[in-house]
Amino acid sequence: MPDMSTANDIQFSEAIMSRIQEYISHFPSGKQKSAILPVLHLVQDEFGWLSPAVMDKVAEILQIQPIEVYEVATFYTMYNLQPVGKFKLEFCRTSPCCLRGSEDIMDYTLNKLGVKEGEVTSDGLFTVVGVECLGACGYAPMMQVGDKYIEHLTTESIDQFIDNCKASANN
Amino acid sequence: MSRKIILEHDKVPNLKQYDVYRGLGGYSSVEKALKKMTPDEVVEEVKKSGLRGRGGAGFPAGMKWSFIAKPEGVPRYLLCNADESEPGTFKDRYLMEFNPHFLIEGMICSSYALGCNTSYIYVRGEYKFIIQILEKAIAEAYAAGWLGKNILGTGYNLDLYVHSGAGAYICGEETALIESLEGKRGNPRLKPPFPAVAGLWGCPTVVNNVETLAVVSWIVNNGGDEYAKIGVGRSTGTKLISASGHIRKPGVYEIELGISVEEFIYSDEYCGGMLHPDRKLKAVVAGGSSVPILPADLILKTAAGEQRLMTYESLADGGFKTGTMLGSGGFIVYDESACIVRNTWNFSRFYHHESCGQCSPCREGTGWLEKVLHRLENGHGKWEDIDLLVDITKKIEGNTICPFGDAASWPVASAVRHFRHEFEYHVRYPEKVKDRNHFAKEPMRLFMDEFVNAAV
Repeated sequence: MPDMSTANDIQFSEAIMSRIQEYISHFPSGKQKSAILPVLHLVQDEFGWLSPAVMDKVAEILQIQPIEVYEVATFYTMYNLQPVGKFKLEFCRTSPCCLRGSEDIMDYTLNKLGVKEGEVTSDGLFTVVGVECLGACGYAPMMQVGDKYIEHLTTESIDQFIDNCKASANN
Repeated sequence: MSRKIILEHDKVPNLKQYDVYRGLGGYSSVEKALKKMTPDEVVEEVKKSGLRGRGGAGFPAGMKWSFIAKPEGVPRYLLCNADESEPGTFKDRYLMEFNPHFLIEGMICSSYALGCNTSYIYVRGEYKFIIQILEKAIAEAYAAGWLGKNILGTGYNLDLYVHSGAGAYICGEETALIESLEGKRGNPRLKPPFPAVAGLWGCPTVVNNVETLAVVSWIVNNGGDEYAKIGVGRSTGTKLISASGHIRKPGVYEIELGISVEEFIYSDEYCGGMLHPDRKLKAVVAGGSSVPILPADLILKTAAGEQRLMTYESLADGGFKTGTMLGSGGFIVYDESACIVRNTWNFSRFYHHESCGQCSPCREGTGWLEKVLHRLENGHGKWEDIDLLVDITKKIEGNTICPFGDAASWPVASAVRHFRHEFEYHVRYPEKVKDRNHFAKEPMRLFMDEFVNAAV
């Protein structure tokens, strides 16, 4: 079923609204569009992804056209334009990490979870994707999960990490 | 031990806390600059220091500052480029993670020198943990009176904000960074006008790398002449190098510009030699993925047989035929288990993914490079593909708005230039390259003679 919700169905919490106002205050009056990247991060953290309705709501708040939000959201790779698992495992796949085995460790993780790259596991918990250089080349192989970098990965640390995620999801 | 400026105190516990940093003499340069120097005097010291942009281009920072336009009543902006995304580069992250106040202190002096009352640090979005560290440090600096209105009673006002990117390598290009900070897609702008004349919201703007701005505080404290005494020739001062790949001790090191490449790779103070002692050094990418890759013999010695040094000039010796660039200091080391074709394909995938799509030669060309390299690496390549690669790079290079097109071309052109035999091997023995670790079991060095003789 396609998501038919509109900006009118979306409500941002007071906490989010006040953070948005703070971001806007970083810029001269009339330049509130500049706040768009941090604002999109903020609402994505809240909703998990950027649905058209959420983007329309952001446009409304920043007093810009919806297309101005869409064109930004589709340009920057950190924005999820469709729902993802609760834990999005982003493996660095660029050469310095590959030299230290990142392809093998990502394959191991995909096999372990029984998914292809980009798919969500049937329990809705995990998505595994390869991403470009995350600036951790000296601590390879590594992955980003949310705001955390997990470095010097081994098959054991992946096992441990996945167990911990499952445990935290069950609580 | 070599001289340390940026990492002098990096082993001090809790250096990122204001009290610890201040206790080591932190923020003294702000007192000196604001109370005892005019903005022009600060610019003059930076010029004297010979400090060159540490983001990759190596343009003299003082000269860049002197270009800033000063129309009456128009605000000027200083933007710190912390969009560190060049593969192999993770030095700015290290600086901000362990010594955030050092950057803030350098930015206050720099903003004062340029006459900016609002400055931004644009951090790549993936570094969320760094953003939190910086926000905390900035709040501490405000609380201690180093930021805000009427700093130290001098009448100088400065607001400093952290801004998050969202995963676009191209935003490290200064005009793309400005577009992004204006809330748009990161499409680089045509120059001129240069940002120094019309940058953020059309106002005069300077964009500098994290490391460049951070060391300004040291230059203010110790003088530009003192800084210029460190290093060799026009490569003055120290530089952060982030080392990765097949070495024993990957990590971030501060070097005095002028040490030899050999010392950097093999000494225990730095990389500590090869990860596997029985595997030989094959190649090095010395300054981030964009600079030409060099084979072991040419990275250790120039074509003229002189020792290669870690300086802008020595690394560039021989031009692109036999030299490379210091770039961002992203130092990637390959031993003989690595496949250069695979590495080049990997980099091309990166550039294809990161091209903003504005200029056709780059948008289309990076895709072709990736495709052709992919089929070569996977054993489906044709002989003519090797020259086709070179041809594509020539069609991209110099034909785009920003230097991204060049950056995407150089790794490919240099790989074919120096490692043509590996590309030929992939065409001749497609079945042998099916396994992605094909050189890990048997390095090409061991059967090079046999390979060459078979061609005759």
